[in-house]
Amino acid sequence: MWRYILRRSLLMIPIFLLISIVIFSLIHIVPGDPIDNLLGPGMTVEHQRKLTEKYYLDKPIHIQYLIWFKNLLNGDLGRSIIEKRPVGELLMHHLPYSLNLGLSAIVLSFIFGVSMGIISASARNTILDHIAMVFALLGVTIPSFWLGLILILIFAVMLGWFPVTGSGSLQTLVLPAITLALGGAGLIARVTRVSMLEVISKDFVVLLHAKGLGKRAILLKHILRNALIPVITILGLRLGYVLGGAVTVEIVFARPGLGQLLITGLYRRDYPVVQGALLLLAMGIILGTFLADILYAYADPRVRDQHR
Amino acid sequence: MFKKREIIQNPAGAGNPDLTMMPSGQRRRLWRKFTANRLGVIGVVIIIGLVGVASLSDWLAPYSYKEQELSAMYLAPSAEHWMGTDEFGRDVLSRVIYGSRISVYVGVVSVGLSVILGLFIGSIAGYYGGWIDHALTTIADLTWSLPEILVALLLVAIIGAGVECVILAIGLTYWAQYARLIRGQILMLKNEVYVEATRSLGANDFTILFKHLLPNAIGPVVVAATIGVGQAIVLEATLGFLGLGAQPPLPSWGAMMSSGTAYLFISPWVIIFPGLAMMITVLGFNLFGDALVDVMDIKDTTTS
Amino acid sequence: MPLLQVESLRVRFKMEEGYVEPLDGVSFEIEPGEVMGLVGETGSGKSVTAQAIMGLLPFINGEVTEGRIIFMGKDLLSFSEEQWQKYRGAKLSLISQNPMTSLDPVYRVGDQIVEGMLLHLNISRSEARQQAMDLMASLHIPNPAGVYYQYPHQLSGGLKQRIVIAMGLCAGPNLLIADEPTTALDVTVQAQIIALFKEAAIQRGIGLLLITHDLGVIAQICDKVAIMYAGTVVEFGDVVSIFNNPRHFYTKALLQCVPKLGMQKGILRAIPGNVPSVQTFPDGCRFHPRCSGVEPICRLQKPANIHLENGINVACVKYASHLKGSA
Repeated sequence: MWRYILRRSLLMIPIFLLISIVIFSLIHIVPGDPIDNLLGPGMTVEHQRKLTEKYYLDKPIHIQYLIWFKNLLNGDLGRSIIEKRPVGELLMHHLPYSLNLGLSAIVLSFIFGVSMGIISASARNTILDHIAMVFALLGVTIPSFWLGLILILIFAVMLGWFPVTGSGSLQTLVLPAITLALGGAGLIARVTRVSMLEVISKDFVVLLHAKGLGKRAILLKHILRNALIPVITILGLRLGYVLGGAVTVEIVFARPGLGQLLITGLYRRDYPVVQGALLLLAMGIILGTFLADILYAYADPRVRDQHR
Repeated sequence: MFKKREIIQNPAGAGNPDLTMMPSGQRRRLWRKFTANRLGVIGVVIIIGLVGVASLSDWLAPYSYKEQELSAMYLAPSAEHWMGTDEFGRDVLSRVIYGSRISVYVGVVSVGLSVILGLFIGSIAGYYGGWIDHALTTIADLTWSLPEILVALLLVAIIGAGVECVILAIGLTYWAQYARLIRGQILMLKNEVYVEATRSLGANDFTILFKHLLPNAIGPVVVAATIGVGQAIVLEATLGFLGLGAQPPLPSWGAMMSSGTAYLFISPWVIIFPGLAMMITVLGFNLFGDALVDVMDIKDTTTS
Repeated sequence: MPLLQVESLRVRFKMEEGYVEPLDGVSFEIEPGEVMGLVGETGSGKSVTAQAIMGLLPFINGEVTEGRIIFMGKDLLSFSEEQWQKYRGAKLSLISQNPMTSLDPVYRVGDQIVEGMLLHLNISRSEARQQAMDLMASLHIPNPAGVYYQYPHQLSGGLKQRIVIAMGLCAGPNLLIADEPTTALDVTVQAQIIALFKEAAIQRGIGLLLITHDLGVIAQICDKVAIMYAGTVVEFGDVVSIFNNPRHFYTKALLQCVPKLGMQKGILRAIPGNVPSVQTFPDGCRFHPRCSGVEPICRLQKPANIHLENGINVACVKYASHLKGSA
């Protein structure tokens, strides 16, 4: 098992390098003078020359990359053009909000989704099954921002149970977390249901009865353990997804998370910020995928012996 | 709680049959099975309805989608304006109807792009195996785990806002799931006996791959594609919501909801109706896809 | 007292289109320490019989409509699910067809053996582990301590099957039902596993119900044999007697089909016609369309199970004369 983990972690390094190159080149791909993109337009020629020298912007591109990367490892991601603050500082300020939201959403979607999936599979083709699956379908089809708006309309405006927007307290977390969770819950419910039905019809399950095991033991110890394998991989992947994909939810609920930082950066052409945010999000995705793989190998012993 | 044992033999033959040689009676049976699935039929009806509305917008819409009537702002739904008006006095119903065109366009083109790309890459990976497979799968894995919104945002930064961003973004991220699906299918099928038989009759790789393997392997991909159209439409709306999709005055559903947010408390219908339209559309595609799974008896549409 | 008595068993399944009756008229007996073979072609209902005896029919939409199953004096058909859970795995065990799919892929094989032991025996986990390893050794599994901690996918087919056998034996059952235990294995491994069964039966004095379609295996280790066709036991009794002097036309035809070394080259014998599917069982005697000795009455009436003097049962109208005035 440990060998597998080691192998997978080593794989993360080249991937990260590759992504960093892509993110770095962003400045040069985006329309506009790279110098303007990095330092902000509308500066005097003198100013430009000084800063160009200071930031090595006249050096060949691979040297720039190496310098940039070195700074990156030291935690220096440049300065925001608009805010005039170090990018790293901005990131650290916004990260906790994204993490809060993302993690609570994942937990919620797991609990909701798995329960719905199990109920569906156990009560197959009954009314309960159909209701749960419709719910799950809605979760997958409703776009998160619309759901967020509707939830605000109902629970914040009409009923007044929760604040409309804002951040910082548990109350402000509820509606956004539910909004973000529903999509994942729908997916998880459907996967759980399919997986359970598949496992239930497997040969070894009938034999478990033949061993004398009771239904409850069979369900909890054997069926779930097998059926949840694909669900676990999904969870790991969702981690990467909720960090970046929560953009719309953050905007609707006015939460100062990474997604919002990224978007405002794009609007304002504040490219150092965009780079920093993308980098962090990319790391989140890579870590999430890594976690998903590790969890998968932990859950399914057959995977450990494969060579990826 | 248990599936009944299959005492009756699978009429199409054990294992994975070669569908290119299916008897016509079998096809008719599939058709009947599909029409029996009520939800699937609803899905098809919705899809046909959507396409109909999109094509016939000029005849169906009571007003123009961009004509402003500043004296008629924020009107609640009424006999004259079934879905009310927005902040510029434009008729919401007409905008929703014309908006379907954008959704259909984006949905079909982007999914088409990603399916073609995915099929190509996936078949090669599955058929040839080895390091080609390994390399392509790693790329696919990475691509698949990217949130499509981020890619879309990146593209916006590079080429500017607009519908093309959405199409490219979807094309560049979603191909991975189709590639995975077709690869899995091909891996499963390429060891079937009829492939061996065809090869021993002298067929080359190309023929085997495209004439026999692909038609049989394409089932899960078709299902994923139908659901993919729904996803594409949602993404377009999301980008529209962020102001990055189709630009005004084009009535993209997402953009409508975006501008409507500011007036959430005054005229919620500006948000509710486009949202409902989108939901019903995506629901239609998903129901259709689910029914296909049932009819074609596809076991695995998850991309793992 | 016989270990297991099955009398006139009739089983039906609920399917989408209605009911089917895969079993109608299954009768046989097993004494303690005896090895009985249940032989028949695919579709004859052998597995269903095993499932019926183990009380697994409710889980697969099946039920017993007629007949009795008496095990160690107890009427199994009257058992509640609780009683069943005490008996299954403990007093009677089932080993099934495909070792590849009989084991839970996410647990170590040793733990899967121990699971049954902890359920039915009153011993500690470490005791169970030790007993499991001893059991594995007695089944000629090399390096039991190492294999214990392996996962199913890491073992060969032969090893997996031995593990499955260990699972069947671990709680010390009185009856072991083995459903085609060697079909999925190589021929060489088959021989080893069959020998294992015989050894286990003799050593532990348990009854063994061996289900197979391989007549050779039956000849090797079975004391008694029941020949099944289309859900009915057509002949039952001592192996040597039946193989040397088959009574039922199906048995005769079956034995003729097996090519023997030294016989003249020529046409391979086959029984004309096809095994009917469960939905198309013929009326009357289910074998009559293919029977070389068919009589008009065979089309109309199902033959009764007739007990012959030498302990053999046969379900054929040709022996009806023995009914009058015999026990």
